[in-house]
Amino acid sequence: MATTSATRHVDPTRRQQAVAAWVLALPFVLLFLAFTAGPVLASLGMSFTDMKRTDMRNPFAVEVVGLDNFTQLLGDPLFRKVTLNTLLYLVLGVPLTMAVALVLAVGVNRIERLKGFFRVGYYLPVVTSIVAVSVVWKFLYRDSGGLFNTMLGWVGVDGPGWLDSTTLALPALVLMSVWRNFGTLFVIFLAGLQTIPQELNEAAEVDGATGWGRFRHITLPMLRPTMLFGAVITGIGYLQFFEEAFVMTKGGPLDATRSVTYFTFDQFGYGNFGYAAAASYLLFLAIVILTYVQFRFLGDREEKVK
Amino acid sequence: MTATQVRPLTQTETPSRPPTHDSGVRTPRWLYAVLAGGLFLVVVPFVWMLLSSFKPEQEVRAVPPTWWPETITFENYQILFEKLDFPTYFVNSVIVAVAVTVGNLVFCSMLGYALAKLTFPGKKALFAIVLGTLMVPGVVTFVPLFVLTTKMGLANSLIGMILPFLAAPFGVFLMRQFISSLPDELIQAARIDGAGEIRIFASVILPLCGPALATLGILTFLGSWNNFLWPLVVAQTEDKYTLPVALALYAVGQNATQYGLLLAGSVVVVLPVLVIFLFLQRHIMQGIAMTGIK
Repeated sequence: MATTSATRHVDPTRRQQAVAAWVLALPFVLLFLAFTAGPVLASLGMSFTDMKRTDMRNPFAVEVVGLDNFTQLLGDPLFRKVTLNTLLYLVLGVPLTMAVALVLAVGVNRIERLKGFFRVGYYLPVVTSIVAVSVVWKFLYRDSGGLFNTMLGWVGVDGPGWLDSTTLALPALVLMSVWRNFGTLFVIFLAGLQTIPQELNEAAEVDGATGWGRFRHITLPMLRPTMLFGAVITGIGYLQFFEEAFVMTKGGPLDATRSVTYFTFDQFGYGNFGYAAAASYLLFLAIVILTYVQFRFLGDREEKVK
Repeated sequence: MTATQVRPLTQTETPSRPPTHDSGVRTPRWLYAVLAGGLFLVVVPFVWMLLSSFKPEQEVRAVPPTWWPETITFENYQILFEKLDFPTYFVNSVIVAVAVTVGNLVFCSMLGYALAKLTFPGKKALFAIVLGTLMVPGVVTFVPLFVLTTKMGLANSLIGMILPFLAAPFGVFLMRQFISSLPDELIQAARIDGAGEIRIFASVILPLCGPALATLGILTFLGSWNNFLWPLVVAQTEDKYTLPVALALYAVGQNATQYGLLLAGSVVVVLPVLVIFLFLQRHIMQGIAMTGIK
């Protein structure tokens, strides 16, 4: 099968394989270079320029401005606000989504019948358009006549205007996102739970471990790699928060729900291409850092367990 | 008599032991109740959306809201499909989603096979690129992509919407994982029979990729159907809107207060994918297991 490197030059099948492999790879590579690698680099390049929409016809009008966009961003009160909002989405959204997914996965893992039924049911929101569910939830959140405030009214609570409040709008959007997104993690966690050997739990039970003890000392450590993966993909998602705010609050009230992606989209709309690219690159950097930190942090914990 | 009476007793006692042994694993009723409660919360918004889309406008706005429509009307759907241009948006969404899906099925399985089964220079680097770009967010690339597609003369066109999504790293990763699990002997046997490498891929490997292609196809279709930011950037005139773009712009624009209409629009966006999902959910779950868990 694998020939040694000495015979490489004379082995015709090896050469055929290499040619065939690159023929097969060619469409992906071309599309990748044109529409991913190129734009990623171009975006970085643009972030150091003052490029505007009007410069598209006249590239020579573009000037290199060094780090001006970045220093301007850091001093821009709106950018600071949207950064803070994005961090709030992340800090509220990730633990909540993970907690809901984990609790339901542990629950479904314990039942014997209807497992598949619940799995499909909990996954439903994930396949639906965020735009469409945002439209629906916008009406559920209505001040008067909304489903939530009507239900709160049944127990005597006078519900607030969720999306009109600068303090409640962002948590309300997070709540909807948790509803929309927990299904992915739920399915991943459930699959992870099923890889935990039944004997471990049985042995612990014989030793007198309580349900909570088993969860804390068997389930959680065994599930750590799966939870790491889940935290990373969920975190990346929340850092790019956009559509929910676009549809439900238009980023308001008073920019209380505007995110970094929303800010980038706005700057693009105003024609400030260089400025928008710089903002998007800071977000990209945050995503890379988050991924790295999570792998480091949870990776170390895993080693300690060993 | 006594002996025969004792016997069945001991016999029934022995098989009755496993259940008592399993009692720790037996599911308590309250757990089903909690899980059902969760499912209720998941489903309620969909049910409410569907029911309300058949209510006349003043009933949608009623305080307190009605649950079951008092008057059933198809007016909202009539406006969407006759006065507004939802047939066009629907067709646009289908064209874009189908093109993107076909592209990913073809291109991702090609590279997936090469990465899984062939030896060639640059293989490691290529796979690293695929993994490394799994997480490049659309927000980073959309500004230069807009400049590029405009220069290519593809601004405000469906092709401009489709091209950047034709071959996603996710699909390559999924196909590579699946093809890696196919036995090497198949390929060797075909080589001995004198089949060329491309031919082996097309007539030996691809026919075995059914499950993975189904998964990739469904996930790609759903992703494209729901995609928002890039179509929003590319589409400049109404005749190029996809469903989510049209719905979002109506929801924040001149139709923002026509609740019944917007809910019916949401049904048009959501219902097709819910139906597809319910029929083909097995493949989606497989895909998550294949890529999410090692």
